Amino acid sequence: MTARLLVYLDHLEGTITSASWEALGAGKALAEELQVALEAVVVGDDCMAAAEAAASLGVGLVRAASHPGLKDFHACAYADVLAPLAEGAEAVIFPDNGRTRELAAILAVDLEAGLIPDVIALSVEEGTILARRAIYSGKVHSSVRSSGKKPILLTLRNRAFPALKEGSSAGKVETLEVADPDADVEVLGYERTTAGVSLADAAVIVAGGRGVTGNVNLEPPGELSSPEEIEAWKAAAAFAQLQELADALGAALGATRAVVDAGYIEYAHQIGQTGKVVTPDLYFAFGISGAIQHLAGIRSARTVVAVNKDPEAPIFRSARFGIIGDMHRVVPALLDALKE
Amino acid sequence: MNIVVCVKQTVDTAAVISVEGGMVSWGDTPLVLNPWDEFAVEEGLRIREAHGGTVTALTVGKESAQEALRSALAMGADEALLIKDDGLSGADSLVISAVLAGAVQKLGDVDLVLFGREAVDSNAGVLSAQVARRLHWPSLPLVACISALDPASKSLDVERMLDQGRQHVRASLPAVISVVKEINEPRYASFIGIRKASRVDIPVWGVDDLGVPVPDPGVAWLTVENAPQQDVACEFIEAPDEVAAARALVARLREEKVL
Repeated sequence: MTARLLVYLDHLEGTITSASWEALGAGKALAEELQVALEAVVVGDDCMAAAEAAASLGVGLVRAASHPGLKDFHACAYADVLAPLAEGAEAVIFPDNGRTRELAAILAVDLEAGLIPDVIALSVEEGTILARRAIYSGKVHSSVRSSGKKPILLTLRNRAFPALKEGSSAGKVETLEVADPDADVEVLGYERTTAGVSLADAAVIVAGGRGVTGNVNLEPPGELSSPEEIEAWKAAAAFAQLQELADALGAALGATRAVVDAGYIEYAHQIGQTGKVVTPDLYFAFGISGAIQHLAGIRSARTVVAVNKDPEAPIFRSARFGIIGDMHRVVPALLDALKE
Repeated sequence: MNIVVCVKQTVDTAAVISVEGGMVSWGDTPLVLNPWDEFAVEEGLRIREAHGGTVTALTVGKESAQEALRSALAMGADEALLIKDDGLSGADSLVISAVLAGAVQKLGDVDLVLFGREAVDSNAGVLSAQVARRLHWPSLPLVACISALDPASKSLDVERMLDQGRQHVRASLPAVISVVKEINEPRYASFIGIRKASRVDIPVWGVDDLGVPVPDPGVAWLTVENAPQQDVACEFIEAPDEVAAARALVARLREEKVL
């Protein structure tokens, strides 16, 4: 078997995720430098269309592993499909998310292979793949490679690699025969919680911090008496407005730990050391002071815009643009300005 | 329910981290129980309170990692166990998962293994799945809620927090789960708890005591360096009021082609 590199294509209901195109882009660059063949694989209940989409962009060989028992993501069953394909490859590349990280972890045990999760940069030195990953929540970068075992498994951070956009020649699609999957976990159901854009994929993020409770011009309804109730009500109003701005920008909605802990918004929106690490092109920080734990989560944001009443807020030291002012006035004004 | 909570000693999230002389340094900030693991310890205690049984905190590390175990004991864990990492330098998840799975097996009669979602230092979050695979037990990472647990029928229903939604999953015990912050609010250790924990004699096992083969690492660590500083100078938008500032900001963002 010729030397090859395998890319795992993640999909949601048959549509290849944007991060998977990035994994293919990174895979193609590595394969060319290592002078090995590029292969990809899609696993699911019906993945022919997804496989053909990848093949049309010049991936030499795309395998489609379709089986009704693989409709729901199941890491063990998916790993069973991948193991024989991964064996002998130089590397197996996954786009990184909760599902694929579990899948890669299990596959690593099955193959007794090394796993490097959440890679932010790749290079080749003397025929060996070098990976860079962020540790200590982005404060430190570490350079890592395979100890010599093959394959090395890599999951790639979203939006860290350019997506594969076009290929020179169409590749081949091959159907993979799959045995009845062996699932020790039964999926009872799935509900989408984040309506709109996910934080990991977002090119633009609109985020709110403690300042969300501070709208002095908002008159709370009379039945609210306690300061806590009034703050919560004001925060809800502010997040509704931030969501409106996010919708206008095609952005995802983010939040700091303080407002998540206070119960003003769901944990799924939390950005920072104990939340999500994000990599948008543009990050709006409204009423966010800029605690070190929050800054760790936005280190890779390309442009940060900060709006805060306090000119001394640490967030301004990470910001490219700043407005010293009341977010509750700036947000509606921004909505109007964007329409102009 | 016999529960094992796998924990790690890490730096505090507020520590100032830098690389000095090729090593990661955090000055004199004391090491703590990995903040994510507090949620796992708490969930273990809640399950014990509801169904009886024991909670054992388990870690792999140096002698000093006992302090993280004492934090778990102070919260209310019944027992603790340290596997000394002698000879494990350069260990990756492949190695540590083999050691942890070996320890769980040697402890015996374990119904549930709990992990925090990841360690705040290595940010990998892969051990729970790897330990599950090694034990041939169901793997349930990123659990936001245990919706049903029946020790008699050995059945467990959980909600997993995935990137775009929640997955409702049923598995049988024994199982390995990792928990996210949404699952609970960890209790503070009581004064009595802390005093009691300080007196516990924590057993220490060597890797050789486990009687399982430990694989060679699959990953080689080369270098660490400080993450590049974004050298940004903030351009403050000066305007008479917020409306004018917003308009000027949008204009600047369009000029710079970031919008």
